[in-house]
Amino acid sequence: MLDTLRTIPTPEGIELTLKVAGPVPRAAAWSIDLMFRLIIVLAVQAVLAALGKVGIGISMLLWFALEWIYPVLFEVLWQGATPGKRQCHLRVLHEDGTPVGWRASVARNLIRAVDFLPFCYGFGLITMLLNRDFKRLGDLAAGTIVVHTERAEKPLAIPSAEPLIPNVSLALWEQRALIDFAERRAKWSDARAAELAAHALPLTRGVSEGETAKRLVRMANYLVGRR
Amino acid sequence: MRQELFEARYGERWSAFELAIGASPSSRSKKSKKKAVSNKTAASVDAVIAAADVLPADEVPRRYREVCHHLALARDRHYGTALVRRLERLVLAGHQVLYGAHGMEGGVGQFLRHGFPALVRKRFSYVLASALLFLAPLIACFAVIQYFPDFAHVVLPSEQLANVQQMYAPDNFRLGAERNADSDFAMFGFYVWNNVRIDFQCFAGGLLFGMGTIFFLLFNGLSIGTMAGHLTHIGYIETFWGFVAGHSAFELTGIVLSGAAGLMVGMSLLAPGRQRRFAALKSRMPDIIGLVYGAALLTFLAAFVEAFWSSSRIPPVEIKYAVGVVLWIITLAYLALTGTATPAVSSENKHYAR
Repeated sequence: MLDTLRTIPTPEGIELTLKVAGPVPRAAAWSIDLMFRLIIVLAVQAVLAALGKVGIGISMLLWFALEWIYPVLFEVLWQGATPGKRQCHLRVLHEDGTPVGWRASVARNLIRAVDFLPFCYGFGLITMLLNRDFKRLGDLAAGTIVVHTERAEKPLAIPSAEPLIPNVSLALWEQRALIDFAERRAKWSDARAAELAAHALPLTRGVSEGETAKRLVRMANYLVGRR
Repeated sequence: MRQELFEARYGERWSAFELAIGASPSSRSKKSKKKAVSNKTAASVDAVIAAADVLPADEVPRRYREVCHHLALARDRHYGTALVRRLERLVLAGHQVLYGAHGMEGGVGQFLRHGFPALVRKRFSYVLASALLFLAPLIACFAVIQYFPDFAHVVLPSEQLANVQQMYAPDNFRLGAERNADSDFAMFGFYVWNNVRIDFQCFAGGLLFGMGTIFFLLFNGLSIGTMAGHLTHIGYIETFWGFVAGHSAFELTGIVLSGAAGLMVGMSLLAPGRQRRFAALKSRMPDIIGLVYGAALLTFLAAFVEAFWSSSRIPPVEIKYAVGVVLWIITLAYLALTGTATPAVSSENKHYAR
């Protein structure tokens, strides 16, 4: 089991699996957000320069809003992600896997001020490395986690071939490995597929190297129930 | 059952569920359905409408439990990773749709009328502690400087005092023209940006086991008391007190309340009781955030008064004093007398305690 997977039990008696995001993608997301905010400020300032002192007042208010309100609004109203997080396929959730709400989002974003200390998210980074869920102080206080969003993948189809009963009886996990192999077969070159197939020695012994991958795919066809 | 048969039997039901929760991510399903319609091609419009027909909203929870069941089966039978992944994604999306709808938390009006004053009274011990930490050094500095004026230079650097002194110099004030509206607005932006940020830091500093909050409260108390004491001692009474009278009620109350929130954070970490530290903090977070909201609103109000009323030189100083006193009475009466604890406050607790 990968270290960055977190399971959350639900009332239905099932476990949700979340992929917790570490410091690097989160720093990237933050940088993108910073860029967005700078662009907004510079663009608006160019316009507001014409307004003189009122313009200064407005840009101060704008900077305040971008600093403290921007992340909260986006996280609550835009599926848990600021534009930067969305770019990096990250999302903020409550610890129980539900979408982040106002109070939690406000808490985690105000505590940003402490995470930023002593400079450039020093405390935040140390805290992230000290707990299993990569939570910075704001996340710990608010009870939130940042996770990678699952991108909807095209369902992988097992290439159809004449089913073949495996010549060795296989444990469930071995069957599953074989099915996974067949599902991903189309993504690899023939050489790579043959290299991987060579590991399943008891199944492929005595078969010429060009045929091993095909043989495994045929067995997978049998395992998923094609007859 | 073999995987292929399983998929063939239930695949359509999963797709319908996927469409149903994708097309209606929240209670505002109609709106988002419209959006989906405007965005997609005619073919998928039909699909969306078909999904709504196939799977009415009251059917979604049952279908969700079915998908959960299928995921459990798929895992138990070691079906292929791709299938398990797909079901996991469905379950996660369904979980978020079904359990994510916490709804609005009473609204701002409700909070200001009832929740906030009641909250301040509920957490009065923290408010009191914060007020003492802030006001004791303020008053002490002020008093000491009346008898030992040089003490001001011990607390604050002389340049800063000279700066402040120049700002409130009566000649400066009388001779200078009335500040016009646009620089008032610039100052408003500055006050909001700066003062509300101080509130937030006061609160967030609580996370350093309360030390940050205590530091900010003492520091602000010392420097405000010193400036006030110094300016009073050298006789700039009308300019200084006339200026600060108007917004002092909102501003000082805001600092005290954000300090109270910070102290609550610190105490939750220092004395969590029979819970883990961050669990204790989390269970008190609704109250803490409520205090910070309120403090930020008060400070915002203070910035408004400071920029547009306090700086005005037209009204005589007596009126400014009077307005200041009235605002103090209103603020304290609001916090002390209005509002009753509403069920909304306690139900939010439940959400955090989960």
